[in-house]
Amino acid sequence: MGLELLRRGTKTRMIYLDHAATSWPKPPDVVLAMREFLDLAGGNPGRSGHRLSVEAGRRVYLAREALAVLFGVRDPLRVLFTLNCTHALNLALRGSLSPGDHVVTSGMEHNSAMRPLRSLERQGVSLTVVPCSAEGLLAPDDVAAALTDRTRLAVFSHASNVCGALQPVREIAQCIRARSSALVLLDAAQTAGSMPIDLAELGVDLLAFSGHKGLLGPPGTGGLILGPRVDPRTMTPLWQGGTGSRSEYEEQPEHLPDKFESGTPNGVGIAGLGAAARWLLKQDLQALREREMEQVRLLRQGLSALPGLTVYGPERDDRRIAVLSFTAAGEPVSNIGRRLDEDFGILVRVGLHCAPAAHRTLGTFPGGTVRLAPGPFTARAEIEATIQALETILTTR
Amino acid sequence: MNANGVVLFYTTSSALRAEQVLLRAKIGIALIPTPREFSSDCGIACRFPWVERGRVARLLEKANVEISGIQPLEGSNDG
Repeated sequence: MGLELLRRGTKTRMIYLDHAATSWPKPPDVVLAMREFLDLAGGNPGRSGHRLSVEAGRRVYLAREALAVLFGVRDPLRVLFTLNCTHALNLALRGSLSPGDHVVTSGMEHNSAMRPLRSLERQGVSLTVVPCSAEGLLAPDDVAAALTDRTRLAVFSHASNVCGALQPVREIAQCIRARSSALVLLDAAQTAGSMPIDLAELGVDLLAFSGHKGLLGPPGTGGLILGPRVDPRTMTPLWQGGTGSRSEYEEQPEHLPDKFESGTPNGVGIAGLGAAARWLLKQDLQALREREMEQVRLLRQGLSALPGLTVYGPERDDRRIAVLSFTAAGEPVSNIGRRLDEDFGILVRVGLHCAPAAHRTLGTFPGGTVRLAPGPFTARAEIEATIQALETILTTR
Repeated sequence: MNANGVVLFYTTSSALRAEQVLLRAKIGIALIPTPREFSSDCGIACRFPWVERGRVARLLEKANVEISGIQPLEGSNDG
């Protein structure tokens, strides 16, 4: 009954354009896999030898395997599960950086990377923030110029959660590798699942991803992938504890993934994430991306016809993802967001999007922007209705 | 006589990975609680027909699955 009401509501009254925050709805396979995990695989993965424990462990492992295939990684045990992308970024940053090390980042980062970096800076890690263009793009040469002989890591987001700017990752990674042994950590929160990503092809060493955005899995899931150049023995876990392995020792084991996954995992969430990854493996990711980009082109076109609007981010399709931000002269973004929700049932996110650095780069700090983020299930009619709603809001103030 | 062997692991994830590798090669295996006679780091082991030991070792090595040993399962036909 409740679900039916929700579905009817979706059809008649709601347009969900907040996929950059979390994707909704999820493929039915995801919900089914989570239910099945609770019903049929209720054991604690990897803790006991009995069938329910093994079955739970098997479902977690199969999720690892699906994600490894999705990201072009040979060894599934180098896919580490985390609670979210923030946890994955913290693990990569705090696990590899020590006082005296140097780290490079960009002026478009989300607080999920920026806050741990600022905290590490206070502990003696030196930080260089490389500025981006007004569109939010990073120039590979600027990154290379920031490298020193102490640079251990370069971290930047694959695409901006504010304006959709898609960084030239391959070129940046090439520039870094040509001059330094620093590892490249990519924050793929906004791109994982929404476009093809191959670690080796991009030249990325560590990939942090969110499970509940483009990957279409449930909240409470994410991960960090360790590429072949990463030596896990040089990384420290964020916490230590039970792993179900080497129980006779009181020291943390070195084996992957146990070293970084102490404590009972979010089995039900990971089972859902695994189903989502397998669902995505059956899709043509490039076609899904093209579909989302079509919606963004339509939005952009519609918005440019409205008076007093400024749209942010790169114009070129190959330099952006399906995340669009705008401001309207004389109209606070919060008013636009409230009217979209209350009067039209259109759900967007307004404000600073946890990324003050990005808004400073774009010149939209502290007022923020209205962010429109369609997803793989967004229909053309929903985009047209959104443009019409914005026209009404901006002409009847 | 259907003699069996077991593959021992350092971590459950390796055991689960071995399970997929060997099942896909159509080898009749099963994950079992590690028999008490073996000291192992991991609570589950992989039982397999001993005649397949060469293939099992090769397949796991090729897939880069880390194991802590392969042992015959003495005196039992069912492991």
